[in-house]
Amino acid sequence: MIHALAFYVFAAVTVVSAFMVISARNPVHSVLYLILAFFNSAALFLLMGAEFIAMILVIVYVGAVAVLFLFVVMMLDINIAELRQGFLKYLPIGAAVGIALFAEILLALGAWSVSPVAAGSLRAKVSDVPNTEALGRLIYTDYMFLFQAAGMVLLIAMIGAIVLTLRTRPGVRRQKIAAQIGRRREEAVVLVKTRVGEGVSS
Amino acid sequence: MAFLDRTARTFLLSEIVAGFVLTLKYIFKPKVTVNYPFEKGPLSPRFRGEHALRRYSNGEERCIACKLCEAICPALAITIEAEPRADGSRRTTRYDIDMTKCIYCGYCQESCPVDAIVEGPNFEFSTETREELMYDKEKLLANGDRWEAEIAANLAAEAPYR
Amino acid sequence: MTLAQFFTTHWLGHLIVMVAQCLAIVVPLLVAVAYMTYADRKIWAAIQLRRGPNVVGPFGLLQPFADGLKLVLKETIVPSGANKVLFVLAPMITFITALIAWAVVPFDDGWVVADINVGILYLFAISSLGVYGIMIAGWASNSKYAFLGALRSAAQMVSYEVSIGFVLITVLLCAGSLNLSAIVKAQEGGFWSWYWLPLFPMFIVFFISALAETNRTPFDLPMSEAELVAGFHTEYSAMTFGLFFLGEYANMILLSGMGAVLFLGGWYSPLPFAPFTWIPGVVWFALKIAVLLFVFSWTKGTVPRYRYDQLMRLGWKVFLPFSLLWVALTAAAIQLFGWGPG
Repeated sequence: MIHALAFYVFAAVTVVSAFMVISARNPVHSVLYLILAFFNSAALFLLMGAEFIAMILVIVYVGAVAVLFLFVVMMLDINIAELRQGFLKYLPIGAAVGIALFAEILLALGAWSVSPVAAGSLRAKVSDVPNTEALGRLIYTDYMFLFQAAGMVLLIAMIGAIVLTLRTRPGVRRQKIAAQIGRRREEAVVLVKTRVGEGVSS
Repeated sequence: MAFLDRTARTFLLSEIVAGFVLTLKYIFKPKVTVNYPFEKGPLSPRFRGEHALRRYSNGEERCIACKLCEAICPALAITIEAEPRADGSRRTTRYDIDMTKCIYCGYCQESCPVDAIVEGPNFEFSTETREELMYDKEKLLANGDRWEAEIAANLAAEAPYR
Repeated sequence: MTLAQFFTTHWLGHLIVMVAQCLAIVVPLLVAVAYMTYADRKIWAAIQLRRGPNVVGPFGLLQPFADGLKLVLKETIVPSGANKVLFVLAPMITFITALIAWAVVPFDDGWVVADINVGILYLFAISSLGVYGIMIAGWASNSKYAFLGALRSAAQMVSYEVSIGFVLITVLLCAGSLNLSAIVKAQEGGFWSWYWLPLFPMFIVFFISALAETNRTPFDLPMSEAELVAGFHTEYSAMTFGLFFLGEYANMILLSGMGAVLFLGGWYSPLPFAPFTWIPGVVWFALKIAVLLFVFSWTKGTVPRYRYDQLMRLGWKVFLPFSLLWVALTAAAIQLFGWGPG
């Protein structure tokens, strides 16, 4: 009973906050609702017994991705009135795209049928193996190639992003921290006995 | 070799460790602070603290209402009104010092021909309200009675230099 | 129905047990936070040859309560330009995230509220949430100092979480489990069998990253007094500020607890024979946390604040490659020499 109740609460909050993400006027509020939606999805994963995925969802999406979203959105200075200006002009196109996508989703859902294998595994008892271990076994054995390929794609994307943003500027003076730390007293300081009236000549 | 030495020092965090050792040593050194409300540092006899109006030993107040202090006060903190008393001597009817204006320059005590207004050794006279810092004659005389012994000793110690 | 049955089967009994468990953690934690502030001030004072608080109560021992009372009795000011809901919500988030993480920390063998098998991930997830309280506080205050503090904090925490993540990975490579009790049990024995010795560089990286995660010197840029007034909590007063303060110290204790579990053998005594093993594990655990907290205060008394670009350089250019290398080395060593678990 409590399980079902928790499911409905979490699911309802997820749906409502997901709706608020697109309807909130303030972009920062949108991001915060998005975080709430992530959280409740994590809770739904927990209810399904997928604690590893739930935690990874919180760590990756809430802990890192959404922080960066928030970081960027907080610095935006959005004039809401200006944003609303073109609303009517773009409404027909936007509505057309939306309806087309919705129709596609409906078609896809209408043709959906659960394969008997998957249906069987849905009802299967969750084994005693912790699902971190179970996931690891699957990823590093059966799906090794796909996993590595996904990693490669991400790596290439990362290198691409760095290459795109990297620009070498000539003539920039930089702090050479290794040189600063490596400096010793003997190299930097000379103690000289000076006599009055003669000064130091070096 | 120097490169190896530097690398080793960097990775072994030798400098930060030296810093930590130093602060650890300091933890066990004796404290240098004066434990203030319980012990106080020495005060010079010239210390300029809270004001006081003094009396002669027969109980007669010293102030003769010459208003030199009022005239010299750079912060305009002193207000004096005077009238002849019943016995004909000139006395103040009002002697106010606004302690929130006072800058503790000590000109009032320098200008006083009879050593009536002095700045005593008391420096702990903070109050909870602003009004309490508007000192009147009564308060100043009470201060004089309270600190007479210390003020007299200070004046005696300073006498050779005046 | 006997009493034991009532507490194990009836829902009301469950509820009572749960509330009791929460109180058993939260109350000692808050007392520890109070005395952490006191110890902090005493240690810094000692390093600077000062005395520290010594007037309220014997040796100033009641000072934290006087400070707490002051915070409770002051007026909570909400700036007129602030986003009121978020402004009040932010300190609560900081405080709550600092408290709920304790649910999975094992104080002794079996002394843990929720012995979940992804405990270390839970801890990591919760500690990464603390940044939201700070960011929301900075944004909702509608003040430039608070906002700059929030931005710095966000960038800093995200950067150092990466290296903490790699440190956690090395530890769980060695322990072979994500469960905190299992990680402690993998370190059974004297202090020479705890993970701080084989993973010493990672221990240092963990500690420095923990300083960055909790915004302590030398990484207290989000609230650097000299530049940003008080950083993200510039606009906060009274108990809203108090919650930030409590949350910050609770977070420090939490990360020390994490350090004790991951590297210092949790509840095990440093010498695994008679007189030391009589002392209950929870005492050893508390002692280890206390030692780490002392190092926290000691660091604050020793080092100056980093400049912002130096902070980022250390996080991304030093710690990230270094910890990544160490993960690879540890994995290779475990694979080659068969040191790992099973």
